[in-house]
Parts: sequence; C-alpha cells; structure tokens
Amino acid sequence: MVKPGLADAATMNYEVVIGLEVHAQLLTRSKMFCGCPTTFGAAPNTQTCPVCLGMPGVLPVINRRAIEFGVKTALAFGCRVNAACRFARKHYYYPDMPKNFQISQYEEPLAEEGWLDIDVAGRMKRIGIQRLHLEEDVGKLVHEGTLETAQASLVDYNRAGVPLMETVSKPEIGSPEEAAIYLKAFRAVLVYLGVCDGDMEKGSLRCDANISLRERGAKELGTKVEIKNLNSFRNVQHALEFEVRRQARALDAGEPIVQETRLWDADHGSTRSMRSKEFAHDYRYFPEPDLVPLELEQSFIAEARAGLPELPRAQRQRFVSQYGLPPYDADVLTQSRALAEYFEAAVRAFPNAKVVSNWVMSELLRVLPGDDETAIRETRITPSRLAGLLKLVDDGTISGKIAKDVFEKMLRSGDDAASIVEREGLTQVADTGALERIVDEVLAANPKPVDDFKKGKDAAKGALVGLVMKATQGKANPGLVNRILEQKLSKR
Amino acid sequence: MRVSSSGYRASLKTEAKTEPTRLTIHELVDAYRAGDTTPTAATEAYLARIAAHDEKIGAFLTVTRDEALSEARVSDERYRKGMPRGPLDGVPVALKDVFCTRRVRTTCGSKILSTFVPPYDATVVTRLRDAGAVVLGKTNMDEFAMGSSTEHSAFKPTHNPWDLARVPGGSSGGSAAAVAGDLAAAALGTDTGGSVRQPAAFCGVVGLKPTYGRVSRYGLIAFASSLDQVGPFTRDVQDCALVLEAIAGRDTNDSTSVDEPVPHYAAALTGNVRGLKIGVPKEYFTPGMDTDVERSVRDAIGVLEKLGATTQEISLPMTDYGIAVYYIIAPAEASSNLARYDGVKYGLRTPGARDLIDMMSRTRAAGFGAEVKRRIMLGTYALSAGYYDAYYGRAQKVRTLVRRDFERAFARVDVIVAPTTPGVSFKHGEKEDPIAMYLNDVFTVGGNLAGLPAVSVRCGFSAAGLPVGLQVIGRAFDESRVLRVAHAYEQATSWLDRRPQLR
Repeated sequence: MVKPGLADAATMNYEVVIGLEVHAQLLTRSKMFCGCPTTFGAAPNTQTCPVCLGMPGVLPVINRRAIEFGVKTALAFGCRVNAACRFARKHYYYPDMPKNFQISQYEEPLAEEGWLDIDVAGRMKRIGIQRLHLEEDVGKLVHEGTLETAQASLVDYNRAGVPLMETVSKPEIGSPEEAAIYLKAFRAVLVYLGVCDGDMEKGSLRCDANISLRERGAKELGTKVEIKNLNSFRNVQHALEFEVRRQARALDAGEPIVQETRLWDADHGSTRSMRSKEFAHDYRYFPEPDLVPLELEQSFIAEARAGLPELPRAQRQRFVSQYGLPPYDADVLTQSRALAEYFEAAVRAFPNAKVVSNWVMSELLRVLPGDDETAIRETRITPSRLAGLLKLVDDGTISGKIAKDVFEKMLRSGDDAASIVEREGLTQVADTGALERIVDEVLAANPKPVDDFKKGKDAAKGALVGLVMKATQGKANPGLVNRILEQKLSKR
Repeated sequence: MRVSSSGYRASLKTEAKTEPTRLTIHELVDAYRAGDTTPTAATEAYLARIAAHDEKIGAFLTVTRDEALSEARVSDERYRKGMPRGPLDGVPVALKDVFCTRRVRTTCGSKILSTFVPPYDATVVTRLRDAGAVVLGKTNMDEFAMGSSTEHSAFKPTHNPWDLARVPGGSSGGSAAAVAGDLAAAALGTDTGGSVRQPAAFCGVVGLKPTYGRVSRYGLIAFASSLDQVGPFTRDVQDCALVLEAIAGRDTNDSTSVDEPVPHYAAALTGNVRGLKIGVPKEYFTPGMDTDVERSVRDAIGVLEKLGATTQEISLPMTDYGIAVYYIIAPAEASSNLARYDGVKYGLRTPGARDLIDMMSRTRAAGFGAEVKRRIMLGTYALSAGYYDAYYGRAQKVRTLVRRDFERAFARVDVIVAPTTPGVSFKHGEKEDPIAMYLNDVFTVGGNLAGLPAVSVRCGFSAAGLPVGLQVIGRAFDESRVLRVAHAYEQATSWLDRRPQLR
C-alpha cells in the first residue's frame, strides 16, 4: 500500500505525461437530440420523452444551440472547426443508456487541433487540444444500498440526452499540479463562454485522466493508465499524485505497468483497477445513419467567432496592465465574467481601480460568491451604486467605516448610498467648532489617558481618538479629530 | 381497357351499397360523396370481412374495431356537413405492426415487443389520421421486418389470398395480404430490401417504395435506418398516388426526411408515356428465373412500347453485389438498432436472472427469433474492431458503386423497368435455407441501396394463377414519373379484373 502525501524520491527519475478528457454539460435549455428540458434536480423521469427514453421508432434531431456552443468553445481554444462533421454510434450495454448506444462523434469530430495556455509557476505553458466533440449524456442509476449489495437498481433518465462536450487534451501535461491548473483554466473558459456552469459537484464538468511515466529523456511514451471518477480539482491532483507514485515504484521494482482503467477512490485516497485492456469495450462505432452529416456554414462559424467574449487569461493580463492591479486582484476579479464586468462597470463610474478592487474583494464577495453569475448580475448593489458609495468616501462625506455600514444598508434596503446617508444623518462631522467642543468634553472626562499621553505614552492618543469617534457615533472626520486633539493636548 | 377511373361510374353504385370492400379508394370516396355509402358502412363491411376471412389469411395481429368505428362515425359527420378532409377521408386502412400507434399494441412481429404499447403515433400514422383515414388495425410481418415470407413473425404465418398454401411475401406480408384479400382499402408497409415491392408482387397489388427521405421514418421501428422507407399498398396506381401524397413530405422529427415539395401525384397519371425512355437492365433477367415471370415482364415491356415509349437494354453491372452489400449493411445497422431491447425499459423481461447482464441476455435470448439473432450476430461481427474495414467499410464503398450504376443508367433513360422478383409466391416452408430466402430480394435491394423510388404493379399470372409483379424504378424524387408509367400500363391492361377467391 502506497501512502499518499509522502514525498517520493522515486518520482524524480521519471517524466510524467498526462492527458485529460473533460466532459462538460452544455447549458442549453433542451437536450441534445430532443426538446426535453435539461433543468437539474427535477423528480426522476419527469424530463423525458420517447426520444430520450430510446423508445422504438424514435429519431434524433440535432440541437442547434449545442452546435453553436461547441463551435464557440472550439474557437476559444483556437481549434480548427471542421466544415463537415458526423455523429457516430458508440455501443455498449448499460441500463443508464436507453438505446444501449450513445450518439457521439468518432472519426469526424466537430473540431480539432487547438490549445489552452496555462500559467505554471509564473510561466506560460501551452497545452495542446487534440479534439472537441459533442455527444449525449446518459441517465443515472440509483442503487438500493451499495452497488455491491443492492437488491435492485432504479434508473432516472432525466439526464439522458443532455448535451455533453468532450474535449481531449494532448498528452502534454507534465504534473498532477499542472493537470489541476489546466482543468481550472479550462473550466474558466467554459464558464466565461456561458456554455457550461462548471459545477463539478453536480457533475456538469467531469474529468478522466490518462497518465504514463517514462524515464527522463526517453522518446517513447510509457504504458498509459486511464483514471476515472475525478470529480473535483483536488481529486484530479490527488489521484494523479497517487498514480505517479504507484507507477514510479512499480517501474523502480522492474514491474510492468498494465494498460487498464482505474477508478479513483477519494475515501481511501487510492486508485484501483476497474478493467484491464483485455476487457476493454469494442464500441463498434459506425456513422449514425439517422443523422445527415453536419455541414457548418462559414457564416455560422463567423457569427460564433464574433460573439466570443474576452477570455479569462487575456482579461487577467489586461486588468494588471490597464488598471495596475496586483495579479492576485486580477485573479479574483476574473473568476467569472459577471464579476469582471461588474468591476469594470464600477471603475468606469469611479475611476480608482484599486479602491474598487478592494471593495469588491472585501465587501461584495463577502456577501455573494464570485462565480455566481446570476447573483452578481442581480445584486442590489449595482456597479453604479457601489461607485456612488465610494464617491461619498472620497469626498469626505462619510468615513470608510460608516461606508461599510452603508453598504450593508444598501444591500438590505436596495436604496442608494446618498439617500441612506442623508436619511440617517450619517454625514461626517467636519465642523471644526462642533468637534472642538466634543474634544474638550472628552479630554475633561478622561484625565487618565491625557495624563498617560503627557508621560510620553503615544498610544494614549489613539484611545482618545477612539473616544471622540464614539462620542460622534463614528461620524467625525478622523483626520480632523487627530489635528484638533494634537493642538489641544499640546496646549495642556 | 378498364373504364377510366376518374369519375364515378354508375355501375359501381350497386357495388358501393352491397360490397364497398371491393372498391378502390377513389371509387369509395366518390361513393361517400354521392351518398351511396358511408365511412361507417364501409368500415363495418371491412370489419365483417376481417371477421369472416382473416382466420384463414392471418393478415392482422390487432384489429382496432372500436376505434375504427368511432373514427368512421366522425368521418360520416364530415361528409354529412359536406366538409370531408380530402381523398382519404373515411377510407379504412391497415398499418404494418412496425409503426408505433398511440395506445395500440405495436409488436414489430416480435415476442420481445409483445406487450409494448407506444405512447406516441408515428408521423405517417398522424398524417393518415389527419387525412381522415380510418385505422382498422395492425398487420402481421416478419419479426423486425427481417424476412421475405412473413413466416418469421413470432405470432403466426400470413397466407396469400391467391393460394392459402403460399406465402404473401414479406416482410410486409400482412399489409399486402390485407389489401389483396379486400380486408383493407389500403395499407402501409416498410421496404428495406424489397419488403413492400416483393409482397406486393406476390399478392398482386400495387406497392411503392418511395425515395429515401420522401416519407418520414419517425415512429417506424427501425430495422436498417439508411435503407428503411415507408410505402403504401393499394389496389391500383391512382390509390397509390393518393396515399403517397398524404404521407410524403418533410418531417422535423426525421433529420433524413428531405424538404422537397410534394407534388399532386394523382395529377401526374396522364396515361401518356409517349417518347419516354425506358431502360431494361440485362442483369435483371437471369437464367435461373421463373419463365412465367420473364414472359409476363417481357410482355409488359411490349405494352409500354405500344403505348409509345422507347426501350433500350441497359447494364447495372453491380447488381450481382447487391445482396452481399445489403446483407452487411442492413444487419450492421440492425444490430445497433435492436440493442435497446434488453428488458430494462419496456417489452419482455425474462425473470429469474442472476444479475443485470444475465437479465439482458436471457431476455434477448427468449425474445428474439432465430432470423433476428442471425442478423444481429452478422451485423455485430461486421462492425467489430478489426473487421469493420473489411466488411462494413467495404460494403459502404460498394454501395456507392451501386448508386453510380443507377446514376449512369438514368443519364440515358427516364425509368428502369424490370421484374420485381425472380419468382412468384412460394409455399410455406419451401425456402428454409436463409440464402435462398435472401435471394428473393435480388431485384429489389438495388433500389434501397441507391435510395430510389420503385413501384411494383401486377403484370400477369403464372400458370398456377399466381400474380407476377412488374417493377418500375425512377430517379430520386421522381415518383410522379414512376407512377405515371405504372398507371399507363395498368390502364392499358385488364389484369386488375381478376380477384382472389376466398371461401
């Protein structure tokens, strides 16, 4: 038993070669080959029709939107979109697949030969993308008890027929960490394009990995092992780390690597053999005769290209160069297209990027998740309202501290900052005469800190500022309070 | 010469009242309009005839008596109001049990679907219903349309109304026998390698396989998707034109259906074939063929020449490979299409299984007949890794060559005329060797492989009194011309006057 988490000298002798296959559920309203809705979480078998149930006599009809999403994604990865592509049937028997074949693509995929640039330890690395194709998802089996002991299993076909996009990377990923980075960057692109919600927990994004080791400098690839069931970024990295150690030790011991499919068991932190090459399926692919070859018009592709948004990596770089933001800020702000748009809209209304960034990161993201596009687009604190709030701080109308309370109130009431400040009388006390009176009162009532200050304890001044602020319910301009205090204390 | 079928003949008035089941569709609808009979009366007459004769013929698997009568009554009402829906309103028809019918059991001739009740209607069924047709029931067929005799039905054999000891052909034998035996005014079948034309020839009725893509396949239980096509069985060519017009046309549920305008087919039946160039393929007259068939077809070609058409011998050199190509492609697609019958979702499930795979295996072992299993194995083999290129891949290439044969021929001629089958109807149990059975399709598979329209019409009788079929093959989407030739021939001869005698 190989324990995870231990550094292993053996791995130093080998070069790791990883390729990822990512399956993404497309955010179309209807399924790949019928009009059924794709909404997640409906009661079992309520989102089905004869077509997605594979009833006798039914025929598939291609979802145009799914093709559009596939083409958009392909273009975002710089792929060559094939002018003509075909669907093919992939056969194997399993009850979650109503027809016992899956309509997928085989010899003529939607797109080929692209790439994804990722940042590894501050350096850009380009990972090739071999192919991108579309297919239909399968249903879900629900077992009574565990798979091994269940007396019966039920099938929910709601998911059967949901559009899936499979993207296969080239075997150019060099470490488990790189694999996780690739997957994150991949997910970001899909989410930016609005073609997938990227939710790995719900299974909207799924990943299988192929991994092999070879001696450093060797030209031939080693025997590859496929790992399935990698349903989080962490699992991808952990499973691959485990597999690197397992394979390295086997190679060190002179044992051959068996070409097989292994399953990642997150609970045990290990992979185990699922089926060997001898038991690999013969999928008997052949062109789907119920669908005519799909010919994409140049205008269709051009339209998809024109609709491409700025992609996360480019946007991140621009945020650093255009706004002078630290890379960390740029990373956080580009975690979703909605958040990036929010930030830029706010900066247009209040052109101090770092201040806006700070407020978005510390306040806005405290109350809503940065990748929740809907929440960001629908928040009551719109970019212009945030800018309105920041202007009040900037012109000294309110203090930064008060501003945070106002932010909370804006969130609750939906009012803008100015009306809240006005209504609740939160304007800073900037009237020197009034402040002088309050300072006098505070100094008179608190002889001890005054005494301490005179004895040379500078910290006592801070306590006095706090007392003045408290007396003004935080409305005093802190700079003014400081100045008045210094004058008065020096006279004593 | 028969009397022109346009216009309602006075002599039919009595027949309409006493024996409406003897009328063609256009005669029947004329009688409805004239008030000489009603859809309900005709439907009752058909149901009575089914009750009297179908025990002998075995054309029907399911008779939808109550639904038929209620549909007929609604149709009566439309005629009473003077607002019939068109030339099929109130016409009693039968459907091969390959078409899904909502709430009506649809077996495809198989034990594995013996309990299957579809939740939806096939597009052609919807179109017939929309046209006002009255569905009498579902007809027998070779299991999953695999066969040429209807002996491979899991339920019962069907008998040829011309000689009950003989087969009606197949796989649409029930539909052909129903029309030949006057148990339905028209019927729908499917033709994958000849399954409409061959039984039409054997039963002496008109049977058309339209161009691939002309009629929607949605709701037709697939055998071989790239070859399957829906076609009508009728008493005469004019009826064929009427039914085709009702069912043809683009269907958004079938991506392979083509968006070609649907012409008024009956209007193309002018009787005029003067100057038409007819090709006679030499490969379709083989030394081993039935001499009665050869004589009848040669005579028919003579009739067409007399009508002013010119004929020339042509060559379709790939004809010899047709059967081989067909028996790779059709089983390959079938092995895929039939994978869904596994006992999980509908139809048969064999009890007592140890686990999932065992349940699927037992269900399929018990649910499929020998011919279906044979083809699933053939097709699975042809698609297997390492064999795909040698079988399926190669067959697709030869299929292209078959198509080119026809393209070359149609550069020179307007239609091709040939026998539908090498022989006439055979006796039950006579062809037990699968290869001998497969050879029935030798003249019909070309039309499927090339996707072309082809019709079979009666062109004589063998010495034993069995009908012979003349096949007219046309260019893609040229059904109008195919039907015009068949109609001109039919009008110039009197073969339709003879009827099978049922006692």
